[in-house]
Amino acid sequence: MSEQSTRLSGVEVGQSCVIEAFTDDEMKLKLLEMGCLPGETVVIDRLAPMGDPMAIQVAGSIISIRMHEAFNVIVRPLS
Amino acid sequence: MQVRNIRVALVGNPNSGKSTVFNQLTGLNQKIANFPGVTVEKRSGFCQIGKAGEPGHTVAEIIDLPGTYSLYPKTLEEQVPFQVLCDPSNPSHPDVVIIVADGTNLKRSLFLCSQIVDLKIPSILVVNMMDQVRKRSITIDFDKLSHGLGIKVIPMNALGGEGVMELKKALAIELPVPATDFIDASGIAPEVVGAIRQQVRLNSSYAAFQVANNLEAIGYFKSHTHKLEKIRAALKENDFDPSRMQAVETLERYKEITELLRDITFTPAAGQEGYYRGFTKRIDNILLHKVWGYLIFLVVMFLLFQAVFAWAAYPMELVDTAFAWISGMVHDLLPKGILNDLLVEGVLAGLGGVVIFIPQIALLFMFIAILEDTGYMTRVSFMMDKMLRRFGLNGRSVIPLISGVACAVPAIMSTRTIKSWKERLITIFVTPLMSCSARLPVYTLLIALVVPQHNYGGFINQQGLVLMALYLIGFVAALGSALVLKWIIRSRERDYFIMEIPVYRMPRWKNIGLAIFEKIRIFVFDAGKVIVAISVVLWVLSSTGPGDSFRKVNTALQENEQLDKTEVNKLMAEKLRLSYAGVIGRAMEPAIAPLGFDWKIGIALITSFAAREVFVGTMSTIYSVGSTEANTATVREKMMAEINPDTGLPRYNLAVGWSLMLFYAFAMQCMSTLAVVRRETGSWKWPLFQFAFMGVLAYISSFLVYRFLS
Repeated sequence: MSEQSTRLSGVEVGQSCVIEAFTDDEMKLKLLEMGCLPGETVVIDRLAPMGDPMAIQVAGSIISIRMHEAFNVIVRPLS
Repeated sequence: MQVRNIRVALVGNPNSGKSTVFNQLTGLNQKIANFPGVTVEKRSGFCQIGKAGEPGHTVAEIIDLPGTYSLYPKTLEEQVPFQVLCDPSNPSHPDVVIIVADGTNLKRSLFLCSQIVDLKIPSILVVNMMDQVRKRSITIDFDKLSHGLGIKVIPMNALGGEGVMELKKALAIELPVPATDFIDASGIAPEVVGAIRQQVRLNSSYAAFQVANNLEAIGYFKSHTHKLEKIRAALKENDFDPSRMQAVETLERYKEITELLRDITFTPAAGQEGYYRGFTKRIDNILLHKVWGYLIFLVVMFLLFQAVFAWAAYPMELVDTAFAWISGMVHDLLPKGILNDLLVEGVLAGLGGVVIFIPQIALLFMFIAILEDTGYMTRVSFMMDKMLRRFGLNGRSVIPLISGVACAVPAIMSTRTIKSWKERLITIFVTPLMSCSARLPVYTLLIALVVPQHNYGGFINQQGLVLMALYLIGFVAALGSALVLKWIIRSRERDYFIMEIPVYRMPRWKNIGLAIFEKIRIFVFDAGKVIVAISVVLWVLSSTGPGDSFRKVNTALQENEQLDKTEVNKLMAEKLRLSYAGVIGRAMEPAIAPLGFDWKIGIALITSFAAREVFVGTMSTIYSVGSTEANTATVREKMMAEINPDTGLPRYNLAVGWSLMLFYAFAMQCMSTLAVVRRETGSWKWPLFQFAFMGVLAYISSFLVYRFLS
C-alpha cells in the first residue's frame, strides 16, 4: 500500500484509480468474480442523485456499489 | 432410429442475452415453474433437432439457470446454478452445459465458463452479441479460444438468429468431457480435495473443491450425514477457510484467462472506452439527473399507475359483463337447485374472480418487462436505493408498492425482479397494506355514512380529506411494517448492492410478449386454483345453513315464484342471517364488539374475504336492499337508520365508521392476495403469518380508534 492510498468511497467523480486491496473478505469475493481485481483501473462514473450509491466503471462495465461497500475498497488515485 | 434425449443447462452472466438464446432454442415451447424447495423461477423448454426417425434426431430439454457471475452462491438465485451443476444427484443436473458469454466482455464471461470446464461437464461456449463485437471492431480468434478452453465455441447474435443453427447442430452430436483442467484445483487444497474424493464419487478435483466450499448447500449430504461428518473433520484438520480459498481460486483463474486472451482477442482503443461512454452515458445524464431523473421517474410511475388503475378498467368491465352473461345462461339452462347455485354462485363466481385480474396483470407486466428490458429498472433501483434501504426495501420495491394502490395481486407477482430474498419478502409482506382499488367502494360507503359533507374555505372537501388520509395511513403502515419486519426476518444472505448497470437497449418485444403470457398462465393455473376453492367454500358458508329454520326460508325463496321484490329481499336477508356465515358472524360478535361491530358486520367480514368490495353487496343483502341491484345510496340510507339497541343512538357513528375503515385498511381481507403470496413464497407459512400480522394490526388499530372516538 502506497502513501496516496485511499478508500474508494472518498474518491471524486471522474477520477481514475487503481484497485489495491479489499478490507472486507466476503464482499471482496463478490467484486473479484465480477472482474474487479487488484491492479484494475476504476473510474468513478457518477453518484446516485441522493449521493449514494456510486457507479464505477471497471473491467469493461458499470457497476453500482453502496458507499459503505466502497469504503472497503482501497485504491490508489492516478494523476 | 432411436431418439436421443439430453438435458441441457443454459448458464451465463446477467445481461449476457441468455434469455434470448433460450427463446431461440425453445420458441413457444416452454414453461415456468419453481426449482424444488426455493422460489427461484425455473424456465425450461424443449428443442427438437433433426427429424423423427432419422439419424441424429435429438430432443433436448433446455433449462435456463438464473444469471450468475460464478458458481459460488451468494444469493438464493445463485444457489440454483451451484446446486444443479455441482451436485450430480440433483434432478436437474445436465448432460450438456451451454455457457452464454457477452462477446464485448469475454474476460468476465470466461470466469464462469472456466469453472464449468473444470467440473468436467460436456460444454459449449456461445459468444453472444457478435453484432456489438463487430460494431466496436473487437477481434476474436475462435479457433484458438476453443483450443485453449478445450470445448466447442460458437459465435452468435441471438437477437438476429445468427449462430442458432450451429448451436443446434452441435447439440445433436455427443460432446466429449473437457480433457484438460483450466486451473489445478487440487493444487490449491490438496488434502481437502483428496479427502472429499474418498468420500463421494465426483468427476473432478474442482467439483471436490466446490463441495468443500459449500458443504451445507448440497442436498446429497442430508441423507449421508456420516460422510458429511468425515468431510467436516478433514476441513477442520486442514484449517480450510472457504473465503480465502475462493479468493485464491478467483485470482488464479483470472490470471489464466488474461494469459489465454492475450493473443486471442483484441479491442481497439476506441472500443475500449466502451459503449457506455457514448449513448448510454448521455441518456443517464438525464435519467439519473437530480431533478429530471426524479421527474421522469414520476411520469413513468404515473403512466404505470394509470395503466393498472384506469386503462385496465375497460377490459375488466368486459370480463365482468361476459361472466354475468355466462352465469345468467347457466342459471337459466340448468334446472333450479343446489347444483345450479353451486355452479353459478360458487364456481363461476370464483372463475370470474380469477379472470378479472388478467388485464391488470398483463398491463403491469408489459410495463415492467419494458422497464426491465431497456435497463431502466436498474436505474430506478440505483436512484431509490438510499431512501428505501432504511426500510429493508429495495429500489425495485417502488413498482410493487405503487401498483399495490391498484391491486396487490399483480403487484406481489412483480416482486420477482427483486433479487435479494429478504427485501423481496418484506415487499410482498407490506404491499397489501397499500390501499387498493377494492377498498375504494368500502371507503366511499363508510365515508358517506359517517363523515359529514363540509367544505373548508369553500373548496377543501372534508370527505375527500378523509379518503386521502386513508390512503396515507396505508402507505405509512406499509413503511412502518417494513421497518419492523427488517428486524424480524433473519437472513443468511448479506445484502450487497453490487450489481452491473447495463447499457440501454431497445426492448425485445418477443421476450416481453412471452413474459406477459407466462405471468398470466402462472396466475390462472396456480393461484387461480386456490381462489376458486376458497370461493366455493365461501359460497357454501353463505348459502347453506343448519336446522329447520334455514330450510324453511330457502324453500320459501325457491318455490314461491310470485313473491314481489321486497319479500324476496327480506327472505334473502333472513337466509343470510340463518346461514353458516350468519351463524359464525353471530358467534363472532363478542370478539368484534370491542371494535364496535355487530353480527351484521361480522357476516360482511366473512363474505368480503372473497374481495373487499363484497362488503357493500353483503350489506345490501343484510339490509334487504337486494344484492342484485346493489345501490350504494339505498344501502347508505338503511345503514344510517340502523339503531344500536344498547345506546338507542345510530349504530354507524363516527367511531364505528373509523373503526371499520381502519379494519379494512389493515386486515388481509382478500383471498386472491393470499393465494398469490402462497404461490410467490412457495408455502403457506408466509401468507398465514401475513394474515395474522395484518389481522392483529387491524384489530388493535380499530379497537384504539373506537375507544378514542366513542
